[in-house]
Amino acid sequence: MNQKRVILEGSHFMNGDIACAEGAIAAGCRFFAGYPITPATEIAEHLAQRMLEVGGIYVQMEDEIASMAAVIGASYAGLKAMTATSGPGFSLMQENIGLAVMTEAPCVIVDVMRGGPSTGQPTLPGQQDVMQAKWGSHGDYEIIALAPSSVQEMFNLTIEAFNLSETYRVPAIVLADEVVGHMWEKVAIPPAQKIKIVNRKKANAPSEAYAPFMPDDDLVPPMACFGEGYSFHATGLTHDEHGYPQTSSSEVQQKLVKRLCDKIRKNADKIVRVEEVLLSDADIVVVAYGIVARAALSAVRKARAEGIKAGLLRPITLWPFPENHVAKIAQQTKAIVVPEMNCGQLVREVERAAKETPVTFLSKLGEEPHTPMEIFEAIRRNS
Amino acid sequence: METVMAHPFAKYLREAMMPHIWCSGCGNGIILNCFVQAVDELQMDLNKLVVVSGIGCIGRAAGYVNTNSFHTTHGRPIAFATGIKLANPELEVVIISGDGDLFAIGGNHFIHAARRNIGIKVICANNFNYGMTGGQQGPTTPVEALTTTTPYGNIEHPFNLVHLAAASGATYVARWTTLHVRRLTQSIKKLLQKEGFGFIEVVSPCPEIFGRYNKMRTGLEMMEWFRKVSAIENFSDPAKAEITPERIVVGEFVDIAKISYEKLIHEKIAEINEKKMQW
Ligand SMILES: Cc1ncc(C[n+]2csc(CCOP(=O)(O)OP(=O)(O)O)c2C)c(N)n1
Ligand code: SF4
Ligand SMILES: [Mg+2]
Repeated sequence: MNQKRVILEGSHFMNGDIACAEGAIAAGCRFFAGYPITPATEIAEHLAQRMLEVGGIYVQMEDEIASMAAVIGASYAGLKAMTATSGPGFSLMQENIGLAVMTEAPCVIVDVMRGGPSTGQPTLPGQQDVMQAKWGSHGDYEIIALAPSSVQEMFNLTIEAFNLSETYRVPAIVLADEVVGHMWEKVAIPPAQKIKIVNRKKANAPSEAYAPFMPDDDLVPPMACFGEGYSFHATGLTHDEHGYPQTSSSEVQQKLVKRLCDKIRKNADKIVRVEEVLLSDADIVVVAYGIVARAALSAVRKARAEGIKAGLLRPITLWPFPENHVAKIAQQTKAIVVPEMNCGQLVREVERAAKETPVTFLSKLGEEPHTPMEIFEAIRRNS
Repeated sequence: METVMAHPFAKYLREAMMPHIWCSGCGNGIILNCFVQAVDELQMDLNKLVVVSGIGCIGRAAGYVNTNSFHTTHGRPIAFATGIKLANPELEVVIISGDGDLFAIGGNHFIHAARRNIGIKVICANNFNYGMTGGQQGPTTPVEALTTTTPYGNIEHPFNLVHLAAASGATYVARWTTLHVRRLTQSIKKLLQKEGFGFIEVVSPCPEIFGRYNKMRTGLEMMEWFRKVSAIENFSDPAKAEITPERIVVGEFVDIAKISYEKLIHEKIAEINEKKMQW
């Protein structure tokens, strides 16, 4: 039979948006709801074709609020679900991202960042939604956000986002940028059986005994989906283990909100991923993520060639923030440089973790990302 | 000897959620009762039924029925239900929500779901105001009605919901009041058996707030108003069915056959995969 391979394999030349879409399919995502926006549109366009080929659903909703709502609905109906957007749409999604946090709906949100605020600069890259990814919805919560810096990572980290989201029943955000989304590079896709896929813990209690929000030891409750024989209620209101609203109990509120935070905080060591380059003897360390980390790596290599002991720490998970990694290098290094395509967002976290070690911030707005020379100059000035 | 008999519908309700939050004389209980009666008469598989609501007094209905249920954000139950229905078309997805939730903050989702003809069923409790937040003006508040935010009388024109639904493409459209208990129940049964997007507006008393501001202090007085002015005119022109203090046209307005979005998309999937097999 000449059936077209449902999941790609081997080497392919593609752009970051398409790699992200293919990563979603490889991760087992079978539901996409979205609304077109530059520079994330190609994800939707690609999935409009590919989702149906793999028996999944693509639906273009009336806006991003609806897209996020539909994704949560599909997740509760048992599918791995995703949406993709950029800043303006990400803003519209925030209330329902909070609903996904509160009802512990596994789902993935891709934000291909452009210049903001507001409509800003649709075709230029930005890293201006970093804080919004963490704090965008109201109330206290923890979330997971990953920052790819290559087309290959658009593929890999989209899979990782699904795996983490399924593991912790939390929305996971792929926080990409316009350059990573639009640039073309080679992507190596291993055979499907070599790709690690994690699925949510299924409910296994008898239906009468099932409490939909009763956590296991890892603080994550097993999940029943609609139609699986469990009749349960889920609500965005503060609720007890049975899913019943408890709108005036301080005890229930504390227990629930703390657990929602703790299931990420207490598992942070397992979630956090960084790339460390030439750190062991570094006198000066660049902390950079996304596309900026590529230039930072060149800058670090150039500095080394000139005898400056530079290193790179690249947070792959922006949230939870790898504060232990930053705190550790801050103790052994003399200075830290943080280049970002914004007015200073992740640098605040770096400063907090670095304590006494001086941190220099390198801003970039409204143009291509930092060049290696610009970062190299900053390394030289501060070393 | 005393025998304690369970209510015949007890199995449809979540006892742990009782007492409910609704005021005495409120129409929401009647709507829930008619819904449960319809589910019972159809002998629906509760495991395949999902009730979704938004935020508002009536929005609590989802939590009270003993099926799969989801209480979403304000205005978004239709978008949420769209995701459920597409992900698992075997589920029967019913939305029970309010006029504010479905037609102010969520109005866009309503018209687009109807346009797509996604197979979800919407029951709207139209109590002419925002009950939950204390009785503000909403998209169905009659002209000159008094609410907490229209203290000098409402100057906005209300939506004619059945006209809106029909124009947006719904395959089934009906309006009843909470007085028309038997007809409403039969109508809900029909709604639940339709393919595609269906809609029932239930004009419902909110004596506690809307009634109090508008000289109908009890549920009974509001029901008396419904009795006086409602006229059953099945399949009349929905465009002419505007609700006024003098007249509430009720009945079925639309009952047509149209293939649903979920059927179409699954047909496409099958078609694409057949083609692939032939390569
Ligand atoms: C985004 C958002 N805005 C406002 C509210 C406050 N709010 C809760 S219910 C409601 C109105 C509900 O009215 P309706 O849908 O007609 O239901 P009813 O209470 O009348 O049954 C509002 C404005 C909210 N919960 N969320
Ligand atoms: S405020 Fe009105 S709609 Fe809400 S429960 Fe009371 S009577 Fe019913
Ligand atoms: Mg209302």
